Amino acid sequence: MSVVVDRVEALRDAVRSGPRVLPHGAGTKPALSTPTGDAVPLDVSGLAGILEYDPAELTLTALAGTPVARVSAALGEHGQYLPFDPPFAAAGATLGGVVAAGTSGANAFRHGGVRDFLIGMRFVDGTGRLVTGGGKVVKNAAGFDLPKLMIGSAGRLGVLVELSFKVFPRPEATTTVIADLGSLEAALGALAELGRGPLDLDAADLEPPGTLVLRLGGARELLSSRAARLLGALGVPGERLEGEADAARWADVAEFGWVPEGCRLIKVGVTSADVPGLDAVLARAGASTRYSLGANVAWVAWPRDARLEDLDGALCTLGVAGLLLTGPPERPLLGRTGGGAFAARVRAAIDPDARFQEL
Amino acid sequence: MPVAALLEALRGLYPPQRLLTGRAQLVPFESDALTAFRARPEAVVLAERQEEVVETVRLCHREGVPFVARGSGTSLSGGSLPVEGGIVIALNRLNRVLSVDADRRLAVVEPGVINNHVTRAASPHGLAYAPDPSSQSVCSIGGNLAFNSGGAHCLKHGMTANHVLGIKAVLPDGEVVTLGGQSTEPVGPDWTGMFCGSEGLFGIALEVTLRLIGVAECTHTLLAGYDSTRAGGEAVAQVVASGLLPVAMEIMDALAIEAAEASVKPSYPKVPALLIVELEGERDVVADHAARLREIIDASGAREVTVTEQIEDRALIWKGRKSAFSAVGWLAPDYIVQDGVVPRSRLGEALGEIHRMSEEAGIRVANVFHAGDGNLHPLILFDGRQDGALHDAEGLAGEILRLCIRLGGSITGEHGVGVEKRSFLPEMFAEDDMELMRRLRTAVDPGELANRGKMLEPTWGPDPDRTGEDPGAGSSPNAVPPAAGARA
Repeated sequence: MSVVVDRVEALRDAVRSGPRVLPHGAGTKPALSTPTGDAVPLDVSGLAGILEYDPAELTLTALAGTPVARVSAALGEHGQYLPFDPPFAAAGATLGGVVAAGTSGANAFRHGGVRDFLIGMRFVDGTGRLVTGGGKVVKNAAGFDLPKLMIGSAGRLGVLVELSFKVFPRPEATTTVIADLGSLEAALGALAELGRGPLDLDAADLEPPGTLVLRLGGARELLSSRAARLLGALGVPGERLEGEADAARWADVAEFGWVPEGCRLIKVGVTSADVPGLDAVLARAGASTRYSLGANVAWVAWPRDARLEDLDGALCTLGVAGLLLTGPPERPLLGRTGGGAFAARVRAAIDPDARFQEL
Repeated sequence: MPVAALLEALRGLYPPQRLLTGRAQLVPFESDALTAFRARPEAVVLAERQEEVVETVRLCHREGVPFVARGSGTSLSGGSLPVEGGIVIALNRLNRVLSVDADRRLAVVEPGVINNHVTRAASPHGLAYAPDPSSQSVCSIGGNLAFNSGGAHCLKHGMTANHVLGIKAVLPDGEVVTLGGQSTEPVGPDWTGMFCGSEGLFGIALEVTLRLIGVAECTHTLLAGYDSTRAGGEAVAQVVASGLLPVAMEIMDALAIEAAEASVKPSYPKVPALLIVELEGERDVVADHAARLREIIDASGAREVTVTEQIEDRALIWKGRKSAFSAVGWLAPDYIVQDGVVPRSRLGEALGEIHRMSEEAGIRVANVFHAGDGNLHPLILFDGRQDGALHDAEGLAGEILRLCIRLGGSITGEHGVGVEKRSFLPEMFAEDDMELMRRLRTAVDPGELANRGKMLEPTWGPDPDRTGEDPGAGSSPNAVPPAAGARA
C-alpha cells in the first residue's frame, strides 16, 4: 500500500490517521525512504514547484518535492546556485530528500552544508499540524531553530512541505587539481595545511590512500595562477582539469559513480583524526571509501555481504556516527549518534503518537 | 519553602564567597544590557566547575526553583534577566579554553569564555573564531550560543549556530547530554543546531566545540558616503545583486556617525549615510573583487569614497562601528535598540518608512545596521526623565517590528526574543507554530525552570518586572510591555 499526496491537506490527513507513514520523494536514498514494519510509503513528490525566487534577494522557496535539478536550472539562469552541492541531483533527488537525509556534496567545502543554507521551512508534525519554522530572510533568530532539527531527520520527525534557502552567486569558472601525496598520512597533513588557508578551495576530497582532488572556483582569468599556487603549496606534481573534464569529474562524484554495484552507501561524519582508524576498519571489510569536505565526511561503500553490525561497532569505538543512504532499509543511524534524553524528549513533543518511524 | 531548602543545599556545594544572597551582592545581577527590566533573584552562585553547574541544576529541579544562566550579562533582549524567587547561575568563572586543534580547526571551550578570547587562543595558528558580535570583547560563548548571536561578519560566515559543532549540556532536570561532535557534518537530526538559539530554555551548555576559520590573506575595506540611508541601502542591493560576496556590509546614518565621532573618533566622513563594505580572501581575488566593487559604488551616487587594507585603519573603522550603540549615549540619556530584519531588496523602503515614523512621532532614531543581510538596528532616542517618553519610544519600537513582519522579515536577527520581544513572537508565527514551540519547551523542561519567561510566555510563576514601576507588580503575570528599552 502506498499513499500519494499532492495537496497539503491530504498529507495532513495521511499523517493524522491510518497506518504510520514514511515520506519519500524520488527515492534516491532508498535505505532512508523505504518503510519497514507497519509503516507505509507516503509519496510527496507531487508537492513540487518553485514558489518564490527573487534573484536580487538571493533566496528561494520551493515545495519539498521539487527536484534539485529544476531548482539549479532556475538559479543557473541568474548565475546563482545552491552552494551546498546536493548529491544525486542527476538521479532526481528532491529538495526535501536532501534536507531529510542531511546530505551536502563535495563543493559544500567552500561555503558550508545544507545546515548553513536552509533558512526556513514548513512541515507536518506528528499531530498533523502544518508548522512553520525559521523564515524567508537570510538572518533570523526568532523562535526555536526547527529547520536545523529537520536536517537529517530522515522523514522520522516530520514531513517536509516547503523549504526556503539562501543561495549564492555561482563562481564564473572552476578548475580541479589532482595530486598524489603518496600516503593517507601525507594527504591528511596536506589537507590540514590547506585548511588554514590562504587559498579558498571549493572542494577538498581525498581518494585513499593519498590522492587529493581539489577544486578552485572564481574569476576565469585568475584560475591558472591560483592553480599553480595550489600545486606549489602541495609541493608535488599534479594534473589539472578544466572545462568539461572538470565538470564531468565532479558530476560523477555527486552521483557516487565510484560506488561498486551491490554496496550500501553510508555517510559517516568524521574529522581527520578519525580517518586512519576508520580506514583500517574499511580495508579489513573490503569497503571502498571517499573522504570529502576536507576529511569531515567519509562516504563509505559497504559490501552487501559484510556485516553492518561490524561497522556499527567500529563507528561506536571511534565515537562517530553514520547514516545509511542506499541498500535495503535497516535502522538508519549507526555508531555513536548522541542526543540522548534531549533527542527523546524533542521526539516525544514533535511526534507524541508515534506516527512516524523510529530513527 | 523550596528556596530555603535549595539555599541550604547550595551552602553545602559552594563556599560563602561564591554563594551570594546579600541584597548589595545581588544588585549587579538584577538586570543585563536591557536595563529597563529588573528582577531580584534569591541567590547567585558563581560556578567554577562543570560539576557544580550540574549539581546546582539538579538541586533546582529537586526543589522546583527556577534558574537563569548568566555569562557576561550583555543580552540586549533581557536574556539573562533573573526570575523573582529563582537563582542565577553565573558562568563567567567557567572560562577555560580546553583545547585548540590547529589541524582540525577546532576549539573546545567552556561557556564563560569571552568571545574574542577564542580568537586570541586560535591566532597563533593563523586561525580565528568568525562570529563577532559588537560586544565581542565582553560577551561570552555560552550567551552567544543560547541566543545564536551574529555580528557584522556573519554576512559571509554565518551566525553562532553555524560555528557550533558539538555541545555538552545539562538539561533542566540535571541530566547531562552530548549533542553533535567534532565534524562539520552532522549525521542524523541536528540536535546541536536545535539547542543553539533556544535562549536557555533547554538547559545550560557546559562545553562547546567551535569551528575555527583560517585568517584571510587580504582584507579590503571601503567607506562610501551617501546623501541618504535610502541611497546607501540601494547601493547595498546593487552589490548583493552583482554576484560579489562581501564579508560585511554596514550602514550608519548621520546621527550614528555623530555619536561615533563624539566617542571613539574613527574619522568617518561627515555624510548623511556611511556605507562600510569589507572584502576578504586571497590577495589576487580580493584585488579583482575590489575593482568590481569600486565600479558599482562609483555608479551608485557615492561621494567621499576611501579604501584601506591597513590593519590599523580597519581597526579604527570597526571600533567606530562596534561602539555605535554605547556611543549613542552621547546624544540622548536613554535609547532602545531594535533588531528587526527585512528582505534586503526592501531595505530602502524600510528605512524610508522608519524615517517617516520617526518624524511623525517626533522621536529621533539613529540607524546603524548590518545592511548586507537586512538586519536593522534602529536606536530610538529618548529621555526617560520625561513623563511618557519611555512609553512613546516603546510604541515606536513596536511599530518598527511590525513593519519588519509586514515586509516579510523577522523580529530579531541576532539579539534573540528574550523578554523584550516575547509578545511579538505570536505576531510573526501562527498559533500552531507557537503551540509546537511550547510543546518542545515543556517536553524538555516540564517545570519551566530553565530561563522561565524568555522567548515564550511562562504558563505560571511570577513574571519579570520593569524598572521604575511598583516593585510589587512583579508578581502579576504578563506584566511585560510590548517592547522595552535599554538605558544608555
